[in-house]
Amino acid sequence: MHRTFHRTMDGWWRRDPFFLRYMAREATAPFVAAYAIVLLVGIVSLVRGERAYDDWLEAMASPGWIAAHALLVLIFAYHTLTWFRIMPKTMPPVVVAGRKLTPAQITFAGIAVAVLLSLALWLVAAYVLP
Amino acid sequence: MKRSSQPFFWLLFGAGGMLSALIGAMLVFVTGVAAPLGLGVPADLLSYPNALALARGIPGKLFLFVVVTLFLWHAAHRIYHSLHDLGIPPGALAQAACYGVALAGTLAAAVALLAVGF
Repeated sequence: MHRTFHRTMDGWWRRDPFFLRYMAREATAPFVAAYAIVLLVGIVSLVRGERAYDDWLEAMASPGWIAAHALLVLIFAYHTLTWFRIMPKTMPPVVVAGRKLTPAQITFAGIAVAVLLSLALWLVAAYVLP
Repeated sequence: MKRSSQPFFWLLFGAGGMLSALIGAMLVFVTGVAAPLGLGVPADLLSYPNALALARGIPGKLFLFVVVTLFLWHAAHRIYHSLHDLGIPPGALAQAACYGVALAGTLAAAVALLAVGF
């Protein structure tokens, strides 16, 4: 019987910066879910009444939760960058005026739309909603 | 041939990934940082009457439902496919755990947003 050498796969993604970036972008997913759950808890407390909702709102105003959300903002921004950096690889070629858009142009367009929609969201929150 | 459910999950993954990439960072900033601190938005933006009005109106109700559910399905699909990279074999149990959370969240959001009234 031969005993062959098997390199362990443990921590394989730490061996190469490309794998590391791949794992970093995949690792944004639990944080996206965490925000959805925080929001869902707020919606459920809204149904349970004013006292339950105010408890949730008060918790969200605590320094710990504000710091957690500030960290989440950075993670979401990283998700935005990586999402549009990958987009050229996941979509069919786009031809504008007879020329194929370059990956960099597609990434730029995606981020530009994200910035515009984010600005619109802020305007709605600041001036339209209350 | 057995049809795969993966294209359906991939569609939800893509939609949630796109929505969170487009407005996620700003949404988290508004609800989690700006509103509690009254930074650039009215300090009562998320007060009980304002939040209730948002959740009772059709546009706000749809927005909240779409954000919560698509974010959850996006994350569930991504986490499920990352398990393999961490040495956890994909299978029925992992699938049930990942997509189960997203499904439970979807049902909870639907029930809550209907129960909150119109």
